[in-house]
Amino acid sequence: MDFKLDKTHLLMQEMFRRFAETEIKPLAKEMDEKEAYDPALLAQLQRYGFFGIPYSRQYGGAGSDTLAYTLCMEEVSKVDASTGITISVHTSLCCSCIDRFGTEEQKQRFLRPLIDGSKLGSYGLTEPGAGSDVQGAQTTAVKDGDEWVINGSKIFTTNSGFADLCVVFALTDRTVPAAKGMTAFLVDLKGTPGVTVSENIERMGIRAASNCIVSYDNVRVGADRVLGQVGKGFRIAMAALDCGRIGIAAQAVGIAQGALDEAIKYAKERKQFGKSIVSFQNSQFKIAEMQTKIDAARLMTWRAAIAEDNHEAFGPYAAMAKLLASDVAVEVTRFAVQLMGGYGFCREYPVERMYRDAKITEIYEGTSEVMKMVISGSMKLK
Amino acid sequence: MKIVVCIKQVPDTAEVKLDPKTNTLIREGVPSIINHDDKAGLETALQLREQVGGTVTVVCMGPPQADVALREALAMGADEAYLLSAREFGGSDTYATATILAAALRKIGFDLVITGRQAIDGDTAQVGPQIAEQLHIPQVSYAEALRAEGDHVIVQRQFEDRSHLLQVQLPCLVTALSELNQARYMSVGGIVDAYAKDVTVWGFEDLKNDLNPAFIGLNGSPTNVFQSFGKQLRAPGVVLSGLSADEAVDAIMQTLIQRHII
Repeated sequence: MDFKLDKTHLLMQEMFRRFAETEIKPLAKEMDEKEAYDPALLAQLQRYGFFGIPYSRQYGGAGSDTLAYTLCMEEVSKVDASTGITISVHTSLCCSCIDRFGTEEQKQRFLRPLIDGSKLGSYGLTEPGAGSDVQGAQTTAVKDGDEWVINGSKIFTTNSGFADLCVVFALTDRTVPAAKGMTAFLVDLKGTPGVTVSENIERMGIRAASNCIVSYDNVRVGADRVLGQVGKGFRIAMAALDCGRIGIAAQAVGIAQGALDEAIKYAKERKQFGKSIVSFQNSQFKIAEMQTKIDAARLMTWRAAIAEDNHEAFGPYAAMAKLLASDVAVEVTRFAVQLMGGYGFCREYPVERMYRDAKITEIYEGTSEVMKMVISGSMKLK
Repeated sequence: MKIVVCIKQVPDTAEVKLDPKTNTLIREGVPSIINHDDKAGLETALQLREQVGGTVTVVCMGPPQADVALREALAMGADEAYLLSAREFGGSDTYATATILAAALRKIGFDLVITGRQAIDGDTAQVGPQIAEQLHIPQVSYAEALRAEGDHVIVQRQFEDRSHLLQVQLPCLVTALSELNQARYMSVGGIVDAYAKDVTVWGFEDLKNDLNPAFIGLNGSPTNVFQSFGKQLRAPGVVLSGLSADEAVDAIMQTLIQRHII
């Protein structure tokens, strides 16, 4: 067992770090305040391959792996968690569905433009009345000749404000539970009659990300846009969430490390009682504790990523990594604000944003409570 | 067009510290980067290739650790990379370094050689011109703009108070200013490719037919830095006028960031 990154991953980490520091960090505050993602930055991310990291060259991806993707997620989220979720939803939720369940024709047609950086993806599962309880989904798709007609409404569809394609989950058989009656569809969000994307939902954190309500009103799609088999959508949705949890865990690690780094930088400069506040043992011990927790979360995230890369069962690893990392992100960002005192509470410094951003990592891609269901479920306790 | 770019791996001076006793750079634990001017030269080479076709080769003389600088160049899009690394090359001054690089360039072949103006750790600005002298080709230093036209390149050369536009017959050598181009980042796929490729490592044996051991390395170097000491800096400064307070602060901050002071 070797806990070191190899040369390729080290160089990627370096590249992600440089890009994040130079290109993303200067925009993070303003994007948060405007609640809008910078389209020029998005284009830059696409140009440099941030949206196709773990996907095959055969379809236009970067040809790297999940571990590299977690490095990317950590580095960008250190400076801006909104960039993290934008990349994560596209990569883990949208593209993974097509990569794993799409036909060759669908991969060429839909996956290629997503991972070569020309288009952006999203994922529509959650509904106003169906969050953790996916069984409560109401969106339906009814066969009409060769086409399917989708009706319903999805909430918190990340990237939907600017995404081109969405993997939408709809019930195709209401006589059976959703786990057996759900089907995945590939829907163009732009220019498809019946698709309406709301304004960005006002939120506490990750405010620069696009997160809207998407309504489907008699949206007609061809049979070529059914992803996987009819009735097997639930499995696709859950498989994508397993992948997504690795991304969110890495995002949480990034938020935590970013906040701790900012707080340490401040604590070295800030003088109280005639000394820098980092010279107090209380500060040092708390910093040591926080760094230890971040490292633990990072290692768990890497383990989940490496398991996925090795085609091992990684679902419970991903859930554990996300459970720990999201908890650490909330704790570390709270500490970072505290260490910086009144200034930590001010918009001038990024830790207040990071504190707000951290919370969502305990909620999306499955709440911490759902993570415990996944983990305990894998332990054969019953 | 076969373009060869000479790059140097240097300590990132944004974080570098001087040894108070010797006044030399402390290199241990300091991150290494591709020299800024060289990187601008590499970017220019990549853009030229996009415009007129051809290949971009990068050459670096340095210790084995300089491999990562070449990988970065490959990840930015260079086609092939050579690392010149040997015990015999150690301690070379600018003349000896240029001798070794010129030998490698003769073996690799080229239409256009691009080097940085100068390295941020040595600041001599000598190696590029010396390579050109050794290769007996024309050179234009301090390039701030460059384009290709047939078998010529048109180079804008920067002076303190003016610029010259020169038309130069290929093969030739150009030394690049950082202002020549804003270098692209490595791409994710580029990094994957960079490590799938080989970096050709040439030692003394590989170049010995074209190298006189008496003119390389520490012993072959006509110059030797025997002492380094600090001095009071008195830069002429730049006067910014007609700016509001906010604009002035922005302008100063931009300069500080550009120069990696903050």
